[in-house]
Amino acid sequence: MTQVLKDLGDYIAAALPNDVLSTEVNRVGELTVVVRTPSIAKVLTFLRDDSGCLFKQLVDVCGVDWPGREDRFDVVYHLLSLKHNQRVRVKVATDEETPVPSVVGVFSSAGWFERETWDMFGVIFSDHPDLRRLLTDYGFEGHPLRKDFPLTGHVELRYDDELKRCVYEPVKLVQDFRSFDFLSPWEGQGLPGDEKAGSH
Amino acid sequence: MAESQIKSYNINFGPQHPAAHGVLRLILEMSGETVDRADPHIGLLHRGTEKLIEHKIYTQATPYFDRLDYVGTMNQEHAFVMAAEKLLGVTVPLRGQYIRVLYCEMGRILNHILNVCSFVFDVGGMTPMLWGFEEREKLMEFYERACGARLHANYFRVGGVAQDLPAGLLEDIDAWCDQYPKVIDDIETLVTENRIFKQRTVDIGTVSAEQALDWGFTGPNLRASGIAWDLRKSQPYEVYDRMDFDIPVGKAGDCYDRYLIRIIEMRESVKIMKQCIREMPSGPVKVDDRKISPPPRAEMKQSMEALIHHFKLFTEGFHVPAGEVYAAVEAPKGEFAVYLVADGSNKPYRCKIRPPGYVHLQALDMMSKGHMLADVVANIGSIDIVFGEIDR
Repeated sequence: MTQVLKDLGDYIAAALPNDVLSTEVNRVGELTVVVRTPSIAKVLTFLRDDSGCLFKQLVDVCGVDWPGREDRFDVVYHLLSLKHNQRVRVKVATDEETPVPSVVGVFSSAGWFERETWDMFGVIFSDHPDLRRLLTDYGFEGHPLRKDFPLTGHVELRYDDELKRCVYEPVKLVQDFRSFDFLSPWEGQGLPGDEKAGSH
Repeated sequence: MAESQIKSYNINFGPQHPAAHGVLRLILEMSGETVDRADPHIGLLHRGTEKLIEHKIYTQATPYFDRLDYVGTMNQEHAFVMAAEKLLGVTVPLRGQYIRVLYCEMGRILNHILNVCSFVFDVGGMTPMLWGFEEREKLMEFYERACGARLHANYFRVGGVAQDLPAGLLEDIDAWCDQYPKVIDDIETLVTENRIFKQRTVDIGTVSAEQALDWGFTGPNLRASGIAWDLRKSQPYEVYDRMDFDIPVGKAGDCYDRYLIRIIEMRESVKIMKQCIREMPSGPVKVDDRKISPPPRAEMKQSMEALIHHFKLFTEGFHVPAGEVYAAVEAPKGEFAVYLVADGSNKPYRCKIRPPGYVHLQALDMMSKGHMLADVVANIGSIDIVFGEIDR
């Protein structure tokens, strides 16, 4: 299976040399294709229609935030080929400003996935027909799945009996969110005397 | 009579409408009684599951999966533990795999009972709901006997299942499997050939095979459109490759076909459950690796090392080697998947949940366009949505 996927990766890279940046089969046997951001629609169209691929289904689109990187977001597409019984993962990288071309024209199922990625990460999709927020509240500010967004959020909601409506207020916690660090300080470093343990 | 101009107007369907299956807010643009556009507003049940999981150790993440699709809970735990197991490179002992398959099929029946009965209820038939819920209650008792909880099981753990089944449970499940097809027969006599039910569902919300693929349909909804695709057959996990069962495939892709597919799938699930009970081997139910699964209680009373392992597992948890994995299972509603990015620490770096109902609800606009208002209710009922998983 791994060899088949390797060949498929080489085949995709050979067919689209200017768009594909790298292909890799990881240790759990999944093919990842990294492509240039402006080419994503072209690559997905190729993957959908080429007889060697026939990835007719876009099963998932999601974002991953890597705040340390210059292009901090990965947008990850998962495709499924019913014909060849294979999956492929396509990745593009982007930052807060650079839009990713929308693939709604290629797969209708991308519509909500891209809206969600915009909502959760603030990744902009160009030419999306309806790029509204999806899961968060009406009038919500911020992008909750970014790593710099606090787990507790910024606002809380309650019903105000005097105003007879719901009001937003800054989050007030009785106790601050506590993040316990359970990581062993000696993990991977070795204790004094351990140098002898492995040498017998 | 003078010709009158019909003005288009909007209808707010839900979030309190009983046929909205929870907290769906649907903005319907109508012209007369015909739907021009259906715009679902979701997220009213959004709890930030993915964000919470990023702040919890792997063991603490599994209960969140019960709270997604709270109808067939264990199937979703399954996707998450499979993702972690793939990255850890562990194989579950055979008895653990059989128990998982047994309980996944039980979850499928639980889900299909609720869906079929509430769908019939939505279009006017009350009796199946009453009959079906009796059976659901029995199944939830089996859940309870295995793990102590009726709904939020937290039974599947990375490396196996939490504990072995108690004595006598398999015999009781077997006895239930013998009588359950009779209940399906009873429900079918009321519904399947019912004229009113057929009028409400045949040729309503038809989805062609091309549309189903384009909109990312999976599970029974995809099979109803005539595509024979089931992850249990095509990409078998656990012991599904040893199971003898058939995949029902529809022809028309309308609401009626989706109903029929679920009825037949329940019968097939009973077959799988019976086979699991027949072939259930003895042996351990979780991996014998103290760095992943906790030691038994009895051992902890005697062994200092076991006590330390237990303490470390439930505070620090286990470390999952860095990497990314996409693990999909055939949940009752379709392909439920977890895309897990691990960074080598004890918490997931990113855990994307791919719920099937989310994708199906997205297509509601396509399915309902041009139909009458009452058909929207039939469409919602037939695509099987639960808001716990859609809003996450």
